[in-house]
Amino acid sequence: MSAAPEVASGGTLAGYNFAYLDEDTKRMIRRALLKAVAVPGHQVPFGSREMPLPYGWGTGGIQVTASVIGPDDTLKVIDQGADDTTNAVSIRRFFARVAGVATTERTADATVIQTRHRIPETPLREGQILVYQVPMPEPLFRLEPRVAETRRLHALGDYGLMHVKLYEDIARRGEVEISYNYPVMVNGRYLMSPSPIPAFDNPKMDRMPALQLFGAGREKRIYAVPPYTSVRSLDFEDHPFRPGRADASCALCGSRETYLDEVVTDDRGGRRFLCSDTDYCAERRADR
Amino acid sequence: MSDAPILEASGLHLRFGSVAALDEVALRVWPGEVVAILGESGSGKTSLLRVLSGTVAPDAGEVFYRDAAGVLVPVHVAGEAALRRLARTEWGFVHQNPRDGLRLGVSAGGNVGERLMAVGARHYGGIRAAAAEWLRRVEIDPARMDDLPRDFSGGMQQRLQIARTLVTRPRLVFMDEPTGGLDVSVQARLLDLIRALVADLGLAVLLVTHDIAVARLLAHRLVVMRRGRVVEHGLTDRVLDDPQHEYTQLLVSSVLAA
Repeated sequence: MSAAPEVASGGTLAGYNFAYLDEDTKRMIRRALLKAVAVPGHQVPFGSREMPLPYGWGTGGIQVTASVIGPDDTLKVIDQGADDTTNAVSIRRFFARVAGVATTERTADATVIQTRHRIPETPLREGQILVYQVPMPEPLFRLEPRVAETRRLHALGDYGLMHVKLYEDIARRGEVEISYNYPVMVNGRYLMSPSPIPAFDNPKMDRMPALQLFGAGREKRIYAVPPYTSVRSLDFEDHPFRPGRADASCALCGSRETYLDEVVTDDRGGRRFLCSDTDYCAERRADR
Repeated sequence: MSDAPILEASGLHLRFGSVAALDEVALRVWPGEVVAILGESGSGKTSLLRVLSGTVAPDAGEVFYRDAAGVLVPVHVAGEAALRRLARTEWGFVHQNPRDGLRLGVSAGGNVGERLMAVGARHYGGIRAAAAEWLRRVEIDPARMDDLPRDFSGGMQQRLQIARTLVTRPRLVFMDEPTGGLDVSVQARLLDLIRALVADLGLAVLLVTHDIAVARLLAHRLVVMRRGRVVEHGLTDRVLDDPQHEYTQLLVSSVLAA
């Protein structure tokens, strides 16, 4: 690029509508969102647009965020819990330029949080919106390849198949072998993929005061969990759901409760564990 | 056997183009009764089974099923949700090819457990115990519970399919040539097993077969079909020992003696 992009009044890029998407598209997405909120956990089709980033980088989440964000909102974007990785930085900068909204890295200060594969450690409160980026919205897709058939199973609430998968895991390896994207029942009705968040985060979804929205750009699906909705991880009575976590403490803040990333430090087996939520970790260190 | 039929069909018509697969067929099945539908290939027996089980809608006619609570369910009007519920609770299906009725990539225990989990069983130990018990009942070593059915012999697969079907104790089982494709000695053992289980559980069974020996061994009553019409029906021994219709006479006389 030779010249710097033209900047309009209010600090946003000239030639673009507020938050990049045109108003008709946003309205279409909001209609899908309203339906999704009305039927918790149900996947609503929507006309996903081409976005200026590749599929798999958060095209679904970015469209949902663009449709719900307003000029007064404060946006936080995390990628695997971190505020400072490529995906998080570029999406945050994208909205700063095309919507001129304030951005933050602090969970408590944000009104809209777009996330890839984590729920922040700091508990969310009423009025906040958590937007998930979803690669594959269909929880049954590895078990039933026919999309039409999965829709029928959802319509009839016929989820024995998912339990067969859990049964097989326990029969073969003694425990359920799903460490992320662990399937949940929403409001006792719809089986839902929580997006690839670690199973550790599943309990945070249950009766969360914040609104949770899910966008899958390539698969063209939107779904939602309204505030204070029951979200239950599937399990057996005698093999209850156990959220997994590395048995270690954070090398920086010392936390033994948070979800940890394992970082390999050399080629002789050296490793250490760090909080995956960088904001939470930094706050804990600042408090000390 | 109680007084009210468990399954009742009347005036069934079904055409495939110019071919009449079903032509004014009526049928009743009472609880605990094994009814065999006998006929050559293309006589409409499999079409009849599909219509009775709600898989195919007839051009005309009605099918009623009386459920465990005594409520009469109109099979083709009840809707897909009601039919699916019936199919996983009160009905069972044993297919000719076990690959159609089993999940080959899921262990034997998981196959048997699937129906239990579909009706809400959520205790892993309980599901496993029930699966082991049923494997034993169909003469499969429970030690093979975690093996995949694709490693089983044809006869074992068929027995596994029967265990999977019967584990939720259905009231009515549809069987389509359950012994087809098995060799004679395996067939004999399987028939023995089915007969014992059916008597034990007091199941009503609708059995489709072209094999007169199978019908004689299992069925209380026979329905003989030809070109979509029921040409003769009655008690098994009566029909086979004293066939009235010329077609039944032909069928009976063309059995090869060993």
